[in-house]
Amino acid sequence: MSAVRLLVGTRKGAFVLTSDSERKNWEIDGPHFAGWEVYHLTGSPADPDRLYAAPSMDWFGQVVQRSDDGGRTWDAMDNRFEYTGEPGTHLWYDGTPRPWEFTRVWHLEPSATDPDTVYAGVQDAALFRTTDGARSWEELDGLRTHTTAPGWQPGAGGLCLHSILLDPRGNGRMFVGISAAGVFRSDDEGRTWTAANRGLLTDGIPDPDAEAGHCVHRLAMHPSRPDVLFMQKHWDVMRSDDAAENWTEISGNLPSDFGFPIAVHADDPDTLYVVPITSDSLHYPPDGRLRVYRSRSGGQEWEPLTEGLPQENCYVNVLRDAMAVDSLDGVYFGTTGGQVHVSSDSGDTWTTAADTLPSVLSVEVQTLQ
Amino acid sequence: MSDRARESAEGPQDVRVRLPYHLRILARIDGEVAVRVEGPVTPNSVLDALEERWPELQGTIRDHSSKRRRAYLRYFACEEDLSHDSPDDALPERVSKGEEPFMVVGAMAGG
Repeated sequence: MSAVRLLVGTRKGAFVLTSDSERKNWEIDGPHFAGWEVYHLTGSPADPDRLYAAPSMDWFGQVVQRSDDGGRTWDAMDNRFEYTGEPGTHLWYDGTPRPWEFTRVWHLEPSATDPDTVYAGVQDAALFRTTDGARSWEELDGLRTHTTAPGWQPGAGGLCLHSILLDPRGNGRMFVGISAAGVFRSDDEGRTWTAANRGLLTDGIPDPDAEAGHCVHRLAMHPSRPDVLFMQKHWDVMRSDDAAENWTEISGNLPSDFGFPIAVHADDPDTLYVVPITSDSLHYPPDGRLRVYRSRSGGQEWEPLTEGLPQENCYVNVLRDAMAVDSLDGVYFGTTGGQVHVSSDSGDTWTTAADTLPSVLSVEVQTLQ
Repeated sequence: MSDRARESAEGPQDVRVRLPYHLRILARIDGEVAVRVEGPVTPNSVLDALEERWPELQGTIRDHSSKRRRAYLRYFACEEDLSHDSPDDALPERVSKGEEPFMVVGAMAGG
C-alpha cells in the first residue's frame, strides 16, 4: 500500500504530514525550523527521501536545509545566493530604478532525474542552480540580464521568481514565472531566455500587451503534454498550446478569475484546478465560501467543488505554491488560516488533514511505496 | 586598525558569545559559546571565529561578501550598544578577557 507524505511550508516552520493511501488519518510532524518562514520545501522525484527546504527570516536571512531521510533530520547547506557581476537595477513600486537585492528563495524545483540538481527561484527575481546537492549555488544570469529586466517591477509580494517548469523530455527547455514580469522560456538549460507573454493582457501597466510586465501568479504543466501550459494570472486564467508562444484566456464561467494557485490533475492533462479569490483588493473567496473549481475540458467550463470545504464565513487565501496533486487522485491545498484540505477523489469530496497550523505558504505531496 | 583595536592585540583569547534563539537552534548550540580569537578582539574577528567553527551561521549575522551587519540584528556588550561602531573597533576589555559576553541580539519586532 502506498503512503502519502505532505510537505507543508508555513509562516512559522515546516510540517511533514503522513498518511496511508486512504488519507483519512494524518500524523503531523513538526514544526521543523520553528519560527522560520518556509516559503517552500520539496522532495526529489529521483530520491523521495532527499528533501530540500528554504527557511528564511527578516532577522537572519536565508538558509537552505537538506534532508536525506525523508525529513527526520536536516542539515544546513550553502545559503550564498549571489548575483553574478554588477546586478544592475529593476524598477521599484514607484517606477524609480532600484538595485537588484537578494531577499529570499521562493521556490525550489528539483531535477526529475538527479537528486543533486535543484533550481531555485528567488526574490529579487533570478534563477539559481545547484548540481551538488545544495553545497553551492550558481546564478543562471541570462534571465536577470534579459533586455526587459531593467523594466521589471515587483508585485505586492516582491519581485519574485515563483514558478519553474522543467520540460520532462530532457531537451533543455524550461519556463519560469516572475511576478510582475511574466513568463520566460529557455531552450538551452537556462543560458538564454525569451519573453513568452503574447496574449496576456494586463490593466495597470502602460501597454496592456507589453512584452513583459505581467503579474503571473502561477504556471502549471502536465508532464505528458509539456507544450501545453496553464497560468493563473493576477486576473485571468490562461492556456498555451504551443509552449508559451501564445496564450488564450480560459477563465470561462469562473465566479472570479483572480487567484493564485493552478494545478493539473496527475493522470488527466485536461483536468485543472484553481481557487477563485474575490479580487486583487479582497484576498478571500467570493461570498466567504471556499470553493475549488475544476475543469475537465482544459479550461472554459468550470464546476465548483465544495463538499467538505467551509461554505460560510471563510476568509482565507490559498497562496500560489500551496496546492499539489498526486497519482492517487489526490488534490491537496493549504490556506492562510492554517488548514490543509485533502481530496482523495479528484476533488469531489474533501477532508481536513490539519486545522490549526500557521499560515500555509506551500504544499507538496509525495507518494511512497 | 584603530588604536583601540591595536591596544587589545595580545594573542589568542577566548571570547564568550551569546546568540539569539534561532541561530543557536540552527547551529545546534546549547547556551553561550566561547570562541578563540587571534589578534584584536573586534566584532568582526569574533564573528569570523564563530563562523569558522559553525559555518552554517555564515550569512545569517552579516552579509556574506560585505560583512555588513544584517539590519534586524544588533551587537551589545557590557550594557552598551556597539552596533554602530566600526566592526573593526576593539570590543571592551571585559569582553576580550572573557568576563562579559559579546551579544548578537535580534531586534524586538515581529509576530
